[in-house]
Amino acid sequence: MKKEGEVRISSGCAISGIFCRDGRRITGEAIKKSIKVMHNRSNGLGGGFAGYGIYPQYKDYYALHVFYDSQTSREETERFLDRRFDIINLSKIPVRQTSAIADAPLIWRYFVSPLPHMLQDSQLDEDEYTSLAMIRINDSIDGAYVVSCGKDMGVFKAVGYPEDVADFYRIEEYEGYSWTAHGRYPTNTPGWWAGSHPFSLLDLTVVHNGEISSYDANRRAVEMYGYSCNLLTDTEVITYILDYLTRKQGLTLEECSHVIAAPFWSTIAATEDEDERNRLSYMRNMFSSFLITGPFSILVGFSGGMMALNDRLKLRSLVAAEKGHTVYFSSEEAAIRVIEDNPDRIWAPRGGEAVIVTLEKEAGR
Amino acid sequence: MKVVDIRKDGIDGIRKHENEEISVTGCLGERYIGCGMKNGIMHIAGTPGNAIASYLDGGSIYVDGNVQDAAADTMNAGLLAVNGSAGDALAYGMRGGRVYIRGDAGYRAGVHMKAYVDRKSILVIGGRTGSFLGEYLAGGIIIVLNLDERKDITGYFCGNGMYAGTIYLRTQCPPVNLSDKLITRNVGKEEMESVIRPLVTDFASVFSLSAAKCLEGRFMAVEADKSKSYSQLYAAV
Amino acid sequence: MRRYRIRKDDSCVSCLRCVSECSFGAITASENRTLVFHHDKCVDCQRCVSFCPAGAIYITEDENRFRENSVFRKDDISEIILQAETGGVLLSSMGAREKNIPVYFDRMLLNASQVTNPSIDPLREPMETAVFIGQRPEKIQRDKEGRLINNLPPHLELKTPILFAAMSYGAISLNVHKALAAAAEELGTYWNTGEGGLHESLYPYKENTIVQVASGRFGVHETYLNTAAAIEIKIGQGAKPGIGGHLTGRKIIGDVSRTRMVPEGLDAISPAPHHDIYSIEDLAQLVMSIKEATHYRKPVMVKVAAVHNIAPIASGIARSGADIISIDGYRGGTGAAPKRIRDNVGIPIEFAIAAVDQRLREEKIRDRVSIIASGGIRNSADTVKAIALGADAVSIGTAALCALGCHICASCHTGRCAWGIATQDPELTKRLDPEKGAKRLVNLMNAWTREIKEIMGGMGINSIEALRGNRMALRGVALNEKELEILGIRYAGE
Repeated sequence: MKKEGEVRISSGCAISGIFCRDGRRITGEAIKKSIKVMHNRSNGLGGGFAGYGIYPQYKDYYALHVFYDSQTSREETERFLDRRFDIINLSKIPVRQTSAIADAPLIWRYFVSPLPHMLQDSQLDEDEYTSLAMIRINDSIDGAYVVSCGKDMGVFKAVGYPEDVADFYRIEEYEGYSWTAHGRYPTNTPGWWAGSHPFSLLDLTVVHNGEISSYDANRRAVEMYGYSCNLLTDTEVITYILDYLTRKQGLTLEECSHVIAAPFWSTIAATEDEDERNRLSYMRNMFSSFLITGPFSILVGFSGGMMALNDRLKLRSLVAAEKGHTVYFSSEEAAIRVIEDNPDRIWAPRGGEAVIVTLEKEAGR
Repeated sequence: MKVVDIRKDGIDGIRKHENEEISVTGCLGERYIGCGMKNGIMHIAGTPGNAIASYLDGGSIYVDGNVQDAAADTMNAGLLAVNGSAGDALAYGMRGGRVYIRGDAGYRAGVHMKAYVDRKSILVIGGRTGSFLGEYLAGGIIIVLNLDERKDITGYFCGNGMYAGTIYLRTQCPPVNLSDKLITRNVGKEEMESVIRPLVTDFASVFSLSAAKCLEGRFMAVEADKSKSYSQLYAAV
Repeated sequence: MRRYRIRKDDSCVSCLRCVSECSFGAITASENRTLVFHHDKCVDCQRCVSFCPAGAIYITEDENRFRENSVFRKDDISEIILQAETGGVLLSSMGAREKNIPVYFDRMLLNASQVTNPSIDPLREPMETAVFIGQRPEKIQRDKEGRLINNLPPHLELKTPILFAAMSYGAISLNVHKALAAAAEELGTYWNTGEGGLHESLYPYKENTIVQVASGRFGVHETYLNTAAAIEIKIGQGAKPGIGGHLTGRKIIGDVSRTRMVPEGLDAISPAPHHDIYSIEDLAQLVMSIKEATHYRKPVMVKVAAVHNIAPIASGIARSGADIISIDGYRGGTGAAPKRIRDNVGIPIEFAIAAVDQRLREEKIRDRVSIIASGGIRNSADTVKAIALGADAVSIGTAALCALGCHICASCHTGRCAWGIATQDPELTKRLDPEKGAKRLVNLMNAWTREIKEIMGGMGINSIEALRGNRMALRGVALNEKELEILGIRYAGE
């Protein structure tokens, strides 16, 4: 059987997110509880979590979470890393063996920083240097897959129901100010763990619900700019588009939302403010290859913030809520109520309307 | 007269003075000078870049030195007078106006020049030209004076594929390897007076040359053989 | 050379309508009003059949056959005979007809949504077919306050991703131009003058006009360039790549002569190349000189025929400063072309789109230019497939002419078009009413646009840009591995 990446697998999903604007760090217990409520939206073939603020003692280093099929691929990857990075710390990620999760790969964690002279020779910034190295590992080292590579954050994912994945990774032992979660309902078995979500690049993580109809147009467009879509999943392509638009083009996330969930031309034409009309029209035209059609609701995690966004026709559900300094997003209201039964405000963001929250002490991305 | 230093003001500096008489200095490879110009007079110093006077629609451009390739491309009206020589593909597809070159023209001068009603493209070259002069000529007049009396006045394949218009050469011997679809003839007195003299006199006055000297000797005309139409080459299925 | 046989049945009422309709002299009447058929003159244009009030006329292939031969077919033999008689280069018109070259559009099937994502009903939900074509800069720019600066060069806005292809006045009649121009205006798309200039009466349609600059530079002047929404430099066309054009003096009469700015009766010859373009940097020079002459207010297109090396050629064009690349495939039509060239030179548009789109992506410049594909686009499904392969839009020539009456008898080069399309004979051109013609073109385009929306809706795509290059929307049948690889698509069932 082909593994994910060799075939494109459609998926339905559940997503959930919690963000503490005051920077308060909470354990992974809450997000597990939330995603568990939506058990029926998954089918046991994929679940995962992203946590931010979980490695305060190493917050200046890139935290790499890596899957290996074999010791050989680990050794090869470590030699690769050694030549390019200063490895401050390396260890297996502690897991709890559970009957619900089988066929685990070797799962390792590294805290690294680019070797200064290599970085200087490359004439790249630190992020670009690191992301290129990670793409290279995924692309060319057989049996190695970098799951996440941002600073002070990490992705924990596996094949299984999300609540079992949480137990497996002991995520209740981590504390973060921002959490996202994903439960997957793929039409086929993905064959390996990398296909589960969240998908990430540097500190950007995406969880996504829906199957986009513009997939191949978007994939072929983003691959032009040095990305390589190995998994053939929507989440992967959305992550790369957002990375390209924010990091390489310098757009804000709100501007990105006007690209990927661009308003209809008729809506743009009806916009009264001329500057706004021109701006929207420009964004849509300039980045027309990155318009995403078909159903999606996504949660985008990044250092210091989170964005929730629906497709412009709002073909997938998305609920948002606020309680004090904490913001919640989820596919279903129940998944919020289970952890916060009395929110100050609960609402459904409109299609194409980005909701962006950031730490109160930080400016938005 | 306003002076525009193209190094400082760029092409836009020239545009500002449309309809005026200006002097443009410091040219070194700047393309498209006078592109689409309708009025005005320009005196140009230096070496202007390719496609000078393209789509020229009126006015006059005088160049002190040489011009590069594709000068007077698809020119419609006006005057381009070059005191030096011209590069390749001079006056391609030109429909009207005058192009005077005091020196030589490169390969493929006057290709597909045309005439239409009151528009008649005139190309006068003081020196000699490269090969393929007046290829596909569809109208208008080309005169090559060879004032320095050098050999090989037009190179090879002069007038290949021309089907209208006339090429006048100030020479006594027809160019080598002329296509069999062309005819040559000596220019008679009447044609000399009515066609060649006025044009050459005008050319001479632009460069302060002696018209009499430019007209000295015999002229030969190259024209299409109308009995040999290209339509004969085809058989409709 | 007799190819067809004309017959009538008893229902003929001897109205002689067929006699007056036949412009090829194939049907005449004798003094006592009986019909005389000159079979050898018939081109099977179907004019008489369409206009016979009694439905009494039949045109059939001549049943007199040459002896069957698997190598030398009938046409091969007839053409040898014709050339032996005349010594001429075979001249024909319309698109290539080599039967052994597949129409690849027919070997690609489209996708639709089932369960995993929803299809969309185009009659009730928004469905966007508008396309902007032109250059896009590599990076955004911001002013000091951080606001985005609109750094987009001029674009063409199409309400539907279909343009009318370049067809010159001279090759076709003014009435056809009028119909195309009026239809383009109403549809919010563009028509293209071809290389024969722009008739003054059509200046009011300038917002929907693309003017062409071809090697003959007919009718090209500063006003012409500026009386247009965009300028197209024609390097070649699919029906005759590498070959120039030749409009015989017979067609250079009256307004054709005025519009082309060529004296009456004089042949209008377009050289094979532009003699000011012998290399790619010369193309850049012509592109920029046109931009200079139009003050950088209009996009410049470059039209090339789909030839073997089309991918690097397109890449070169993209880097020449051109905003739009127009690629005309092997099956593209023409008013007249040497038959051997038409049927044997170039590559099918499907491969050309796929190769060019892929190459421009590999070179990271696909977003910088737009691609218009043409050459045998017959219907809305071809249009959708072309876009899914990677085109931004398509243009149609033959299909538009069919809407105006053309039955593709491929006799344009005779100048006797019975439908009043490819002729300058005033008795014939008046057969085409430009207003009615425009209406028919509008109907056709509206119908195609509706079909495109249906197809998109079925795939769950509600904006045409999400279809562009979306090759997952296609699957191949009856294609080999290599064909699939070049088209960049998977086989049905994969």
